[in-house]
Amino acid sequence: MNAKKMKEALREALPSVDVVIAYGPGFDPLHAEPCFIKDAGRVDDLILNPLCEHNLAGYLTSQKGRTAVVVKGCDSRTVVQLLQEGLVEREKVHLIGVPCRGVVSAKKVMAAIGHEKVLSAVFEADSLVVTTGSGEKRLPLMEVCPDKCRSCQYPTPLIYDVLVDEPLAADKPPESVYEDVEVLEAASLEERKAYWEKETGRCIRCYACRNACPLCVCQDSCIAETRDPHWMSQKSTVSEKMMFHLIHALHLAGRCTECGECERACPMGIPLAKLKRKINKDLKDLFGYVPGTSPEDRPPLSTFRVDEERIEEHKLP
Amino acid sequence: MPDVGERELRIVGFLCNWCSYGGADTAGVGRFKQPTDLRIIRVPCSGRVDPLFVVKALLSGADGVLVSGCHPRDCHYSDGNFYARRRLEMLKRFLPFIGLDERRFHYTWISASEGQRWQQTVTAFTRQIHELGPLARAEEALSL
Repeated sequence: MNAKKMKEALREALPSVDVVIAYGPGFDPLHAEPCFIKDAGRVDDLILNPLCEHNLAGYLTSQKGRTAVVVKGCDSRTVVQLLQEGLVEREKVHLIGVPCRGVVSAKKVMAAIGHEKVLSAVFEADSLVVTTGSGEKRLPLMEVCPDKCRSCQYPTPLIYDVLVDEPLAADKPPESVYEDVEVLEAASLEERKAYWEKETGRCIRCYACRNACPLCVCQDSCIAETRDPHWMSQKSTVSEKMMFHLIHALHLAGRCTECGECERACPMGIPLAKLKRKINKDLKDLFGYVPGTSPEDRPPLSTFRVDEERIEEHKLP
Repeated sequence: MPDVGERELRIVGFLCNWCSYGGADTAGVGRFKQPTDLRIIRVPCSGRVDPLFVVKALLSGADGVLVSGCHPRDCHYSDGNFYARRRLEMLKRFLPFIGLDERRFHYTWISASEGQRWQQTVTAFTRQIHELGPLARAEEALSL
């Protein structure tokens, strides 16, 4: 990731935009933070490295003016989806594309170093060297990347105004994309039920997954919080928690671009993206549709074909 | 009286106003014998059926959910059931992933004149749900 070129591109873009959304240093050397700047003098405060794991495209829907935003390949799919649904206007966004070979999950690093205070985090070749009070630890990037990076098919943004590095070709096999979903599909019905009861049972209903989701655009009208209709109660039971996650997953059916923000934001480490990815896998199989790849497409559940080739009528015995 | 099992189970049916609800009515007018486990909710069109209706029903105590609309190309609103078909097919494939037996959910197309077909469908579906038994609820002890 080329920070120098990104800064040049942002300096060039700043006079024509109201705000720039990029990454800045966070509260410790391991964390990056979304950073909004309006002044060219602050461009030097920005950073760009594999710690920049957030999907900044989610902020676009709340911006009024013209916005420049730094997008990785996965984030660009979110932009495509937002454009497709008419939630942002193409003329109002200036996209700084960043080719990327994978980011670092701060959560996984913290788990690997036993949640100690991080004194420094430096990249060396294919690994991240983290220094804590108890010494240095070298972590291979492949081990601490978010799951989505392991099967990344879009290392280069699909849409951009400026690309700040040489484009990269996908180097992961396309079959690997839904491997984790296939593993769970192969389990028995009881095992799957137990799996989700255990996982969603940990949910504390903080709604961070929803708030972080760049495509959860109902904002204050989320049905998880309405009283009429009363979709969910305040009860802290597994089925209520499950219901919330199913609302999230089904509202994203055919729209989720698999950016993994829900999992990144989840304080309980629930594999939330898996629910959405299962739906994506089925929709790809049924309609050959991959969300966030073409701004001209229509979400598959908002359209139809009179003769569906892949849907057969279900018969009762 | 249910004629397929001893204990009555809870089955929720979402029927479109124009075809399937009429079909159920035709079956009633024709005095066809039907199991009584089904509770019918009339909706304007099968396109009104949000997949979340089905999920909510299954998580809130229903043992099975049946959705029925007009035959494809016969929708009163011309294309509501085409949207429904895509959404319900997606749901049918998704339910087993979260540990709900896909046989607990069925969607079909029945017209207002098909009273016989309605009776066969509701009987076969009720039998299927009785074979599966009541849906075990999530273990509430797991919750905080």
